[in-house]
Amino acid sequence: MITRRDFLKKSVITAAGVALPLAAFEVLDPKKLMAQEAADTKNGTRWAFVVDTYKCVGCGLCVKACKLENEVPYDTSVTRTWVERYVITKDGKTHADTPKGGRDGFTTSKISLGMSEEAAPKDMMAKPETKPTEKFEDIDPNDITKAFFVPKLCNQCDNPPCVQVCPVGATYQTPDGVVLVDRTWCIGCGYCIMGCPYGVRFFHPVYHTAEKCTFCYHRITKGLKTACVQACPFGARQIGNLKDPNDPVTKIIMTERVSVLKAEYGTKPQVFYIGLDKEVR
Amino acid sequence: MLAHGELWTVKELFVYPNEFIYWSIQIVMYPFMTGLVAGAFVLSSLYHVFGIKQLKDMARFALVFSFALLPIAPLPILLHLQSPFRGINVIMTPHFTSAIAAFGIVFFSYGAIVASEIWFLYRKHIVDSALKLREKKDKTLVDQFWYLIFCTLTLGSYDVSEEALHTDEKIVKILAGVGIPVACFLHGYAGFIFGSVKANALWMTPLMPVIFIMSAIVSGIALCMLTYILTMEIKKFLAHRKKAALGVFHSEAEIKGVEFHVIQMTAKYLIVFMIAAISLELLDMIFRGYTALKSWDVIRSVIYGRDFNDIFILQYGIGNLLPFIMFLMPGLTIRRTVVGTILVLFGVFMMRWNVVIGGQAFSLSFAGYMHYHMPIIPTDWETFKEGLFGAVSVGIAPFVLFWFVNKIFPVFIEAPSE
Repeated sequence: MITRRDFLKKSVITAAGVALPLAAFEVLDPKKLMAQEAADTKNGTRWAFVVDTYKCVGCGLCVKACKLENEVPYDTSVTRTWVERYVITKDGKTHADTPKGGRDGFTTSKISLGMSEEAAPKDMMAKPETKPTEKFEDIDPNDITKAFFVPKLCNQCDNPPCVQVCPVGATYQTPDGVVLVDRTWCIGCGYCIMGCPYGVRFFHPVYHTAEKCTFCYHRITKGLKTACVQACPFGARQIGNLKDPNDPVTKIIMTERVSVLKAEYGTKPQVFYIGLDKEVR
Repeated sequence: MLAHGELWTVKELFVYPNEFIYWSIQIVMYPFMTGLVAGAFVLSSLYHVFGIKQLKDMARFALVFSFALLPIAPLPILLHLQSPFRGINVIMTPHFTSAIAAFGIVFFSYGAIVASEIWFLYRKHIVDSALKLREKKDKTLVDQFWYLIFCTLTLGSYDVSEEALHTDEKIVKILAGVGIPVACFLHGYAGFIFGSVKANALWMTPLMPVIFIMSAIVSGIALCMLTYILTMEIKKFLAHRKKAALGVFHSEAEIKGVEFHVIQMTAKYLIVFMIAAISLELLDMIFRGYTALKSWDVIRSVIYGRDFNDIFILQYGIGNLLPFIMFLMPGLTIRRTVVGTILVLFGVFMMRWNVVIGGQAFSLSFAGYMHYHMPIIPTDWETFKEGLFGAVSVGIAPFVLFWFVNKIFPVFIEAPSE
């Protein structure tokens, strides 16, 4: 009869005996393999974006094109890309707004102040019909010292905090640098939305999963431009491959003075801006 | 078509188009509930590990209560998820760079510790009950049911000799010791989920996990005291009506004496942990003001302006200072303790609220604000689960569960005072 001691002893020996030959196999890391593959092809790809704020007129065609191309419901307030308007007055104050993400362009000189809390229902039992109303501020053109538009989109960071915080690995970075979301695996916890310092993420109103700008990955991997780049009549938006030294985008980044948004978060953003003002949030 | 969060968010001044209060009332409930679990366990461990004899009755009570609270802890997150049926993915494909991914491991290892500690603590009771029911002739269907349950719970071990029971005691002590760091981890980790979000200026501080642990212990102790008083009062009321001995207690006066003694002792520990929690929170706030980083302007306007009532009146005033004075005043009474513990629980809840909702009260642009209007009357599934009724359901659930668990692991089984 086998004793407990013998049983344990033999189990340990068997386990060790099986483990040793198994250790001879190298565990293959798919990421490593893909990196190797990318290195083998002469020039790898790293998608990057350049926004020339001097050229942007705030027409909103990029936002429209993006919503239609990527099937983000047209009338929802959420959007993968948007345009901000900044107006700086003589008193040094900055006024900024982005009505409907700038989708319909900036057709009025009135700056939105958002919903005013004063008109909001004081008690929480109030009916939802008594929603607070949007307020506007009209600025005298003579008071304006400078004004400009800033298009925003996902920065496809090199160190993406959204990928870091996803608990199920549903959001990931492709080898060519674009951060994508797997709609079949996202649980909708919203941690990535909280983790993004740029506020580019949101929940898709139809799929109920995290949603974000993909640099139109389905287009750029087929040699096309993104929907917003194609829609921009002024060439304010450009997409290119950072690893290609002859790419116009790479040339701009290498030779001109560009800056990025919120560098202090250490996310290493890959959307570069020409003419970014210190007042841009 | 409304985007998620649009229904209950009111934006003011310059806010990015995709920003809403995405983490709403259920994310307030999540740290509140795990805090109660962890706090109740730490309270029970004070007796088992450090041998604080005065807490003996409270210890057993707290452990069972912690066990009843445990399955409820993940409920708020589940209700918050946009795709709740995929919640299991967190355990199936954990992505370990995320703080949430550790949830499955932390939660189940903690659950295993609490369950086994309870089993060893109640082994004699389980075996006794099983044997008693086995010997009983002409068992009813109910008896059969209980016999089956207790028989299964013995796990085939019927040895209740002096020696075996001594071993049980030893194991309980070890488990309670191991449980303290794990319980602190369970909740400190909830604090880490918030504290590690670098995009949120209000949340990001390494103090967050520690603050969460301290306030968790405070809320756990307060809830145990409150529930303990309630059960004792019910017993007292029954004893008064029947004018007869009830269970392990012999008279109404005895219940009264025991109750008061236990409460007095526990109140002391409550005060100690309260001081620790408040000191840390104040340190955090002072530090933010003193270092005054880029985000301070907007945070200051939220703390001292928009959320002043929630933070200084409701949380610190009514939730901390008032009960603190009540517990420190000489001649503590049961009635005052009840009011005090309810206020403490309210204060901790408001602290969670001010962290979760307050952290989303300002835009990432630092130039705008968001206001949260909690849905009260549910009109659809979403306004139910992320509204008042969803939160209340989560709050009530542990008490219902405690009632069932108490049937199997009765909190009062032996003479409570020697």
